[in-house]
Amino acid sequence: MPAERPLAPFGRRSCNVASFADDGGYRLFTLIDDEGPVPAPGQFYMLTEGPDWLATSGRPFLPRAISVARTSGDPGNLRLEFLIDVIGPGTARLNELKGGDRCMIAGPFGRPFSLPNAILPGSVGAVLVGGGIGIAPMAVLRRHLVSRGVPTRTLLGFRDREHSGAVDTLFGCEETRLAFEDGSSGHRGYVTDLLSVILEGDDPSGAVVYACGPPAMLEAVRKMCSHHSVPVELALESPMACGFGACFGCAVPRAEGGYLRLCVDGPVVRGDEISTAMAGEV
Amino acid sequence: MDLRTDFCGIELEGPVLNGSGTFDVLAARRAFGPALDRDFPFSAFVSKTITVAPRAGNPPHRLWEAPSGMINSIGLPNPGLDGFVEGDLLELVKLPVPLIVSVMADSAEQFAILVESVAAVSGVAGIELNVSCPNVHSGLIVGEQPSETEALMKALRPLTSLPLIVKLTPNVAGPESVAKAAESGGADGVSLINTVKAAAIDPNQVRPWLGAGAGGLSGPAVRPIALAQVRAVAAAVDIPVVGMGGIVDGESALDFILAGAQVVAVGTESFRDPAAGNAVHRGLSAALEQRGFASLAEAQASTLT
Repeated sequence: MPAERPLAPFGRRSCNVASFADDGGYRLFTLIDDEGPVPAPGQFYMLTEGPDWLATSGRPFLPRAISVARTSGDPGNLRLEFLIDVIGPGTARLNELKGGDRCMIAGPFGRPFSLPNAILPGSVGAVLVGGGIGIAPMAVLRRHLVSRGVPTRTLLGFRDREHSGAVDTLFGCEETRLAFEDGSSGHRGYVTDLLSVILEGDDPSGAVVYACGPPAMLEAVRKMCSHHSVPVELALESPMACGFGACFGCAVPRAEGGYLRLCVDGPVVRGDEISTAMAGEV
Repeated sequence: MDLRTDFCGIELEGPVLNGSGTFDVLAARRAFGPALDRDFPFSAFVSKTITVAPRAGNPPHRLWEAPSGMINSIGLPNPGLDGFVEGDLLELVKLPVPLIVSVMADSAEQFAILVESVAAVSGVAGIELNVSCPNVHSGLIVGEQPSETEALMKALRPLTSLPLIVKLTPNVAGPESVAKAAESGGADGVSLINTVKAAAIDPNQVRPWLGAGAGGLSGPAVRPIALAQVRAVAAAVDIPVVGMGGIVDGESALDFILAGAQVVAVGTESFRDPAAGNAVHRGLSAALEQRGFASLAEAQASTLT
């Protein structure tokens, strides 16, 4: 049974930017939403830098889909935080925002993560796997699960030490196990190596895995979980024009054929719902 | 200001429709809930295009952001005629505004099945014919050939008294000759423009970015092209024209009315702002006032010189 999704106010709305700060290789962007509901873990927003995204040039043209990294406060004065990797014209423009500026948002959108018991009745706990910028939804999910008393292990992977700064901000002193591709700290290698230890070393039965990260990481997690018959929910990413099912652009191949729309049928999907987490990749 | 208007005999509260395939009411309800119906953004709703057999759509990638626009190659995913009539259509006929169903086929026979089946459903106000598909018999894209378009219209016209609207492609030398052929074949209206043929190259690989190789450009980038074509078509035919292509606000909607469109459609802008239809409706009222028009009808009756 998929989790209930909070409804978004219809249309887009202008929000106050509270702060925009460097956070270990990424940028942590905070805005105040005085209209929308508290998003569920895994949901995302469509962000546009200002009322007129097109003011100075032809790009960025479309809003950018960004997952929530942390929320606090209550509806009416909700603080939404996003972790942003400046990789193109949209994120570059967002990156120009400063405290006190306005930003347009629509959302929250999408299907959120399910609780472990809703996926696997009698489940004994959760294993969270985050890679790079994909640690953001894992941070929201982790707080959600811990507040409900769900035993949770968190595995995070980064290309290097420099890109892991947000771990302290988003995960605090919570116990996390880290992997670095360059070996600068923690485990030298991929976060999937850490998952492999859990799936092969322990008795994985009763665990539910949740993952968000680059497509190749997600596909590896999906296959490992399938191999060990462990249920997994993946938060995927896709180019997306609208975020609410209008454009049909964010197609991901379904296991039984055809495509699902990641914005309304995801971004959280079960591993066995899709035929690959690497749609469009070579 | 009174924005009510007639379109092919359908009474509308305003002249702002959606472009086919740019707004999925049922998916939007999952995101926005009942607020969507309370503040419905369009004065008539055009469904996504339905084909006789179900279609999965094109492989990813399906989108590319272009300067002031985007390229899509979605591939008309739809549940097929039976799936549509037994599923989405049951909900769509209950919308608070008139419903126009868009259909596409690769032969007059298949088009006839679609038109007869859809016309038989109570609550359907009109049918839009997407003719941007090759005819399986001739191999020619119907909407690129006046003779094919006229022959198709003559085959379909006797099947229903509902308004039949032909969606014109901009990828021809003279859309007005196709529009005239549609009119003489019995079309009640024409809508334009569909997307402009376009491609993008993968920034990291030596291959096209889009899964289907190429797609169609939409958004403000195509608006000047659309305005020229709407103007040429409106001057050539006596049937009403739905003008679309990069409309983002009241001013750009009014441009299309002044170019000869009876009503307008919002497409890509709804991706950027789910409530863009509402904003264009409100903005059109303000733009008419600002330009000194006493009513929408006065602007519709104005002829560009």
